Amino acid sequence: ARYRKVDEDFFEELEEVLIMADVGVNTVMELIDELKFEVKRKNIQDPKQVQEVISEKLVEIYKGATDKEESLELNLNPNGLTIILFVGVNGVGKTTSIGKIAHMLKQEGKSVLLAAGDTFRAGAIEQLEVWGERVGVDVIKQGAGSDPAAVMYDAVQAAKARKVDVLLCDTAGRLQNKVNLMKELEKVRNVIAREVPDAPHEVLLVIDATTGQNGLSQAKTFSEATSVSGIVLTKLDGTAKGGIVLAIRNELKVPVKFVGLGEKMDDLQPFQPEQFVYGLFGDLVNEEK
Amino acid sequence: MAFEGLADRLQKSLQKLRGKGKVTEADVKEMMREVRLALLEADVNFKVVKDFVKRVSERAIGQEVMQSLTPGQQVVKVVQDELTELMGGEQSKIAVSNRPPTVIMMVGLQGAGKTTTTGKLANLLRKKYNRKPLLVAADIYRPAAIKQLETLGKQLDMPVFSLGDQVSPVEIAKQAIEHAKTEHLDYVLIDTAGRLHIDEGLMEELEQIKELSKPNEIFLVVDAMTGQDAVNVAQSFNDLLGLTGVVLTKLDGDTRGGAALSIRAVTNTPIKFVGLGEKLDAIEPFHPERMASRILGM
Ligand SMILES: Nc1nc2c(ncn2[C@@H]2O[C@H](COP(=O)(O)OP(=O)(O)OP(=O)(O)O)[C@@H](O)[C@H]2O)c(=O)[nH]1
Ligand SMILES: Nc1nc2c(ncn2[C@@H]2O[C@H](COP(=O)(O)OP(=O)(O)OP(=O)(O)O)[C@@H](O)[C@H]2O)c(=O)[nH]1
Ligand SMILES: [K+]
Ligand SMILES: [Mg+2]
Ligand SMILES: [Mg+2]
Repeated sequence: ARYRKVDEDFFEELEEVLIMADVGVNTVMELIDELKFEVKRKNIQDPKQVQEVISEKLVEIYKGATDKEESLELNLNPNGLTIILFVGVNGVGKTTSIGKIAHMLKQEGKSVLLAAGDTFRAGAIEQLEVWGERVGVDVIKQGAGSDPAAVMYDAVQAAKARKVDVLLCDTAGRLQNKVNLMKELEKVRNVIAREVPDAPHEVLLVIDATTGQNGLSQAKTFSEATSVSGIVLTKLDGTAKGGIVLAIRNELKVPVKFVGLGEKMDDLQPFQPEQFVYGLFGDLVNEEK
Repeated sequence: MAFEGLADRLQKSLQKLRGKGKVTEADVKEMMREVRLALLEADVNFKVVKDFVKRVSERAIGQEVMQSLTPGQQVVKVVQDELTELMGGEQSKIAVSNRPPTVIMMVGLQGAGKTTTTGKLANLLRKKYNRKPLLVAADIYRPAAIKQLETLGKQLDMPVFSLGDQVSPVEIAKQAIEHAKTEHLDYVLIDTAGRLHIDEGLMEELEQIKELSKPNEIFLVVDAMTGQDAVNVAQSFNDLLGLTGVVLTKLDGDTRGGAALSIRAVTNTPIKFVGLGEKLDAIEPFHPERMASRILGM
């Protein structure tokens, strides 16, 4: 085995691996301090054992202060229409995730409708329409350049009239420091909230796994504007590890609900904290193979 | 902001030394710790940071800092200089082939901003250099990718070449170049599909497009919010294709953009342009010293 001992070198490599996973240097340093303490207290010598402690600690950080057993499933309204709003910065995978989640819900036997709330980006409406066709669900849209709040209003009325189970709402990508665009998003959310009590039932923030420390700022600002209830972590099929969601979870308590693992309809999985956390540092313990 | 600029960090760490007179090697080491943290928080790659700090540290211990009356400011200056130098001079020129058309290939991960940047570059080529570009829809995979480029073409009032999504991107590139020749268009901008650097099949497709279209420029488009993985991505694309330039997008956000330094360090390819918005004129030449200040939070 490569690691004979749980020594200073071991911790240095662990620090490196976690920073390279985008966990963030502050979180990593805190974690390493706690681990060193644990290792000493429990008199751990064997790297196999320390691996368990690392996993535990990371899951602990991930789960944070929330003791309550929380569901990673979507919060679906049992007595009627559920509305889910998708938000996030440009190009992270909002529209694609809507396609995947529509497919998942349909397979569960639910009726689904999509709202083409991105009226800004070239080809955005058509992109959602292709997904609608693929999955076999309708898309409520207006012309390019129209008011997204008006599209949302229409879509909610259509969803009510057709008595569908779930309405999935796409929005244009926007960077969180654009005050006007964030206001526009608040407006979209307000329209939904006004038309259906308790809606939106979920506001899913989509985060690209390749994102670095800016992810935290994204989560904070989008949460302030739209009360984010969950995260979809996309593009985990690449080599990036998505460690920033650890910091997001730690600071904002927002849980990851799904991970995206490709561009196809089926490339979506429920989030599994243990598996995710192992992915962050797995390279370190696997290197010896 | 969660981030603290390097200047503030050094200020704090130096307060501890105040009144001690001369700066010692240990003090420099302490300051280098702050440099390291600042760079890591800006998403500069771990290994790149390591090398960088080592070099700066040698310079600092050498003379400039230890002799200085204002060691903190001196460290900032050394760091800033080194960063700027590492990121290279201004290089926003675009190649011109003496046998037109000049071919530019746009490559990168999914969602980085390739299609948008293709439109921006075409716009720039016409506005600034009076050129006639052809936009080529070689992304046959992403839903409505062709439509997206066609819409941009319409906004720009520029021709878009497409053969739909049933013809291979290699064939599309080939026919597009022929088309440009007959139509006397002098630039061909090939918008390729986003792909993972570890996707062997799709990476091979890029190799084939390159082989066939003999591009004068191959631009890697990178999202400025990218974290530690930027080096892996840039290195893979560069190893396979031999990049001629990098475009850093979404710099209108509040990201520090440490990926810029990482990419430059591992590929030795110049960053030529930055994207600063979604509109088709939101592109600017890359300024290394501005980027250095940004990374350092100053
Ligand atoms: N490899 C991989 N690619 C993905 C994944 N999710 C989305 N993509 C790709 O990422 C790119 C951007 O996805 P979109 O769904 O258009 O992203 P968006 O957030 O809606 O983008 P904007 O509306 O422009 O802000 C597309 O090429 C998708 O196919 C994923 O989980 N893995
Ligand atoms: N704010 C901002 N948004 C940008 C910039 N460049 C691109 N975008 C946005 O980023 C998203 C993705 O851009 P695309 O041009 O579709 O990216 P792509 O690399 O072609 O994506 P795929 O073809 O799916 O791989 C869109 O919402 C663009 O409007 C930029 O410089 N600033
Ligand atoms: K991205
Ligand atoms: Mg979208
Ligand atoms: Mg594209």
